[in-house]
Amino acid sequence: MNWESPAAFFAMGGYGFYVWGSFGVCALLMIVEPIMANRRRKDILRSLRRERLAETLDTQ
Amino acid sequence: MNAVMAIIRRDLLLAMRRKSEVLTALFFFIIVVSLFPLGIGPETALLRKIAPGILWVAALLATMLGLARLFAPDHADGTLEQMVLAPAPLGLLVTGKIIAHWITTGLPLVLLAPVLGIQFDLDTGALGILVVALLLGTPLLSLIGAIGAALTLGLRGGGVLLSLLVLPLYVPALIFGAGAVEAHISGLGAGGHLSLLAALLALAVFFAPWATTAALRIALE
Amino acid sequence: MSNNKIINWFKYASPQSFYPVAGRMIPWFWGLAAIFFVVGLYISFFVAPTDFQQGEGYRIIFIHVPAAWMSMFIYLVMAFWAGLGLALNTRLSSMMAQALAPTGAIMAFLSLWTGAWWGKPMWGAWWVWDARLTSALILFFLYIGFIALQAAIDDARRADKAGAILALVGVVNVPIIYFSVKWWNTLHQGASVSLTKAPSMATTMLWGMLIMALAFWMYSIAVALTRVRAIILEREAHTEWVKELPEVKQ
Repeated sequence: MNWESPAAFFAMGGYGFYVWGSFGVCALLMIVEPIMANRRRKDILRSLRRERLAETLDTQ
Repeated sequence: MNAVMAIIRRDLLLAMRRKSEVLTALFFFIIVVSLFPLGIGPETALLRKIAPGILWVAALLATMLGLARLFAPDHADGTLEQMVLAPAPLGLLVTGKIIAHWITTGLPLVLLAPVLGIQFDLDTGALGILVVALLLGTPLLSLIGAIGAALTLGLRGGGVLLSLLVLPLYVPALIFGAGAVEAHISGLGAGGHLSLLAALLALAVFFAPWATTAALRIALE
Repeated sequence: MSNNKIINWFKYASPQSFYPVAGRMIPWFWGLAAIFFVVGLYISFFVAPTDFQQGEGYRIIFIHVPAAWMSMFIYLVMAFWAGLGLALNTRLSSMMAQALAPTGAIMAFLSLWTGAWWGKPMWGAWWVWDARLTSALILFFLYIGFIALQAAIDDARRADKAGAILALVGVVNVPIIYFSVKWWNTLHQGASVSLTKAPSMATTMLWGMLIMALAFWMYSIAVALTRVRAIILEREAHTEWVKELPEVKQ
């Protein structure tokens, strides 16, 4: 174990700002990117469903 | 070969009829180069140091200006489609067009560069290296640029997109071209840079017309 | 015999059959990514010792190096799929290339970002014209160019093919650019500080980096598969099989 306390862990030996600045942005992008990719599929699925509904209403 | 000559002659003739386009690129080059001392200050030592870089970046940008018009007029009036159907291979015709583009935009830059180099107090040896480097480098710029011009043919916002695609690919030409002059000034000798530039040119002569042809066929499908 | 194999291979190369396969594969890749991330982060923060020169600041390499590796690797894979799509006219491989591009651009961005945040405490500057950083920047521009070109072309097939040519031209150019930037950098001594020349690369550090690289790799596959499913639906919206999908019918 490297760290004596949680505070020491977050301080990163004085480099906390840089270490968490890097890891934070990395984590943020890696959370946002899959959400965006998923949303892209949800959007097209929604419009496909709407189209299908319109077609079934037309034929009725 | 006849077909290539015919294309070059035709494009040069067209360029002569529309002199303003050729002159615009040339004056753009002069103005961009002349703006730098105004922005940086008139210290001769500093200007001499940054001259190769400035001249080369300005040459890149001036070449970019003409690229959008490389295939666009022929595309608009249907000539390009005729070329695809012509008995001569499209690759040769494209090479002819690239050569004509270089003669109208690259060659004037090469001839003008020493005059602008004097503004930056480059000595005769450095001016000579600058001309040789541009002589090897500007055809390279035309060849790589042609790929971008063919890829963006007929697209909206094509001009800006073209520069986005092509400028990163110009990096090696810029490094070796400007580096040759700097190496000469610092006494290292420009031989290595110039031979690498020549090697890149040889590579581009092989591949660029081929890639340009493929891109044109896709654009015309 | 061999004929059969080819047919089987091509069966999965159609968007229609790949769509559900990708859907089943995605959770597995997420699972692998999660495992590698947990192990990798544990090694990065709790196992790897403090560097005696760079202190705790060096821990940024555990994401910087994997991001840099992935940004280059994804470009190669993207060019491979794009080229395959151009040569064999397989739609799915072109869609795969299109799905990889944003992930590659994000990796290139991350390698730049983490490089800057490492450079600031180590060199005292956010940006140094180091050969690696400069080539990473140009690689980022190449990704942006690929994405912008495909976005500017309305016809999907033309976008695929034009993108493929650009990606292949890029692949030829990346080593040339890297070499020229390195040459430029050594000529202008002074700013040449190499990022990866860690003075004492302990084996635990190397392991941490490798496992984090695996995590990044699995993550990239999972995101690219998610995105390729969206692209398949967008491109095939007019087809019968899409209209018959359970998630559309519900």
